[in-house]
Amino acid sequence: MESLTYREALGRALADAMREDESVFVLGEEVGRYGGAYGVTKGLIEEFGPERLLDTPISEAGIVGAAVGAAMAGMRPVAELMYIDFIGMTMDQLGNQAAKIRYMFGGQIGVPMVLRTQGGTGRSAGAQHSQSLEAYVMHTPGLRLAIPATVADAYHLLRAALTQPDPVVFIEHKALYAMKAEVDLAAPVPDWGQAALRREGGDLVIVSYSRQVHYALEAAEALAGEGIEAAVVDLRTLNPLDFETIRPLVEAAGRAMVVSEGPMTAGVAAELAARISEECFDYLEDPVVRVAGEDIPISVSTALETASVPTPELIAATARRLCR
Amino acid sequence: MTRDNNGLGDLFREMLRIRIFEERVGELFVRGESAGSMLHLSIGEESAAVGVCSAMKDGDTFTTHHRGHGIFLARGANPDRMMAEIAGKETGYCGGKGGSMHIADMGLGHLGANAIVGGGIPAVVGAALAAKRQGTGAISVAFFGDGAMQQGILYEAMNMAALWDLPAVFVCINNQWGMGTRIDQATKSTDLHVRAKAFGLKAETVDGLDVREVQGAATRILDAARVGRPGFLAVDCYRFYGHARKDKSPYRDETEEAEGRKRDPVAFARAALTESGKAEAELADMEAAIAAEMDASIDYAIGSDEPPLEAMFRDVFAPGEPEPEPVAARLDRVLARE
Repeated sequence: MESLTYREALGRALADAMREDESVFVLGEEVGRYGGAYGVTKGLIEEFGPERLLDTPISEAGIVGAAVGAAMAGMRPVAELMYIDFIGMTMDQLGNQAAKIRYMFGGQIGVPMVLRTQGGTGRSAGAQHSQSLEAYVMHTPGLRLAIPATVADAYHLLRAALTQPDPVVFIEHKALYAMKAEVDLAAPVPDWGQAALRREGGDLVIVSYSRQVHYALEAAEALAGEGIEAAVVDLRTLNPLDFETIRPLVEAAGRAMVVSEGPMTAGVAAELAARISEECFDYLEDPVVRVAGEDIPISVSTALETASVPTPELIAATARRLCR
Repeated sequence: MTRDNNGLGDLFREMLRIRIFEERVGELFVRGESAGSMLHLSIGEESAAVGVCSAMKDGDTFTTHHRGHGIFLARGANPDRMMAEIAGKETGYCGGKGGSMHIADMGLGHLGANAIVGGGIPAVVGAALAAKRQGTGAISVAFFGDGAMQQGILYEAMNMAALWDLPAVFVCINNQWGMGTRIDQATKSTDLHVRAKAFGLKAETVDGLDVREVQGAATRILDAARVGRPGFLAVDCYRFYGHARKDKSPYRDETEEAEGRKRDPVAFARAALTESGKAEAELADMEAAIAAEMDASIDYAIGSDEPPLEAMFRDVFAPGEPEPEPVAARLDRVLARE
């Protein structure tokens, strides 16, 4: 066992991958000398040098486009997008190029690149540095999407992303970087594409990912004291999406709630709620509810920011009404 | 593949192959056998494709814009498989999924044609980065039109290529027209290579009338790129026909078109060959042989099968990964209630 932060686990994953595979390299704004805007790549340039920790100009589309070309030419690039809010700058390279090259070219070649980025609220970073835009990615065929909630997953999902034959968007949560845990990195974790059941419970199934998994667990603890047992599922990857872990739990409990920090409308929670409703209809006692971000931009005011996304209290209160 | 492109005769043959291929693409459309009408012909631009490609080598990679048939042919593409792809057939380069605007072949270093203006440009930065890292000695060339000169991604890519001394080349085929907008209606700054110079690239503009001039300029630029000095080449030419197959260019006046079409690199090379003593009969034989080759490509395309429907869910992800569930299968499963 060792004590690691989410941030350190990500850096460790990059270092281990670079030691094992010469073709892995990191490119992005401030990834080298500065060590990453959130410190994930701190110190790596000393071991791997400026060619493998390639500092780039502030050219997000160019960074992703260069990663596409390098991946097609046999490298395994890890491009860093400092904030997922900048994804609009890259959307042609990501959505029209990386995501479609294998298909358009009839399977001739894939684009084995990883786009590391981070999103979410928690730092009063304002409307252009706090969004949860995973739905943009999930809505694009051809992209894989990993979104770790735990320190162990920060390490293992990033290592797994670096073995994928297809482009992976890897979304970290800015509020989790300092989260520390005792982890044994040699201990087994679920495979790539498998959800993790973080808590068992027969009354309700809460399906979530990223930071909201922790909020859901906090809510579930509070609910347990009141006699409501909620299962908490951490999806870990949104593409592939592991519905097979969700289905039997929902069939047994008869109630499901989906929790996501992203805006409610047409979001990840909407997709999951639709799937659960379609596939588990005969077992449901109540409507599948979405507990998600408000359909508004994120404010810099801490009070407004906090109120814009689900809280443990909102999750618990919603669960009480469902299980009443 | 390596070709003997040193002599004008060879350069002419390659240009003529492109000219006739493109005419046959037009014919494929008229016969209703093309997959759609989004076919962008490069007639009038043959010297750019042939001149630049004659300075490329085996192992070099490239991307093209949507008007890229000629470039791919000049890099050694098989016209049968190209025409089949344009017809959306299983025997095409991409199994009928890509088409005219997304044709690619890794074997020939073609990292892909692109239907997004400027979309294929930054990939050559990554490919050049990889070539430099891997020490292959290869260069990577982005081909695009004058429309892409107004796209920000070009400047991001040129800046990175210059910053990192990459073996990358940016080739602007300036046919004067971006769809229905003439270059001087799109920018005040029509001296295009000056922009690349500002980024530290070795840059030239060359008149596309004489393919030998294009070859000379391309050789200078590409040779420099091979030793780590990235470059830019603008080739001035004229788009003889409309933007796409259905466009009759009502926005261009007849005088301009007539003047533009006088700048015909194929006719110019032919005249130069005749002047240097090439027998008319020999040129006619060459033309007939190429016409037969391109006619055969139409027959091949028409005779090929459409891709099977099972191919639809293939290649979204790598082989061995589960394919996306078809909507019909999903509905059957969801609605099959006890």
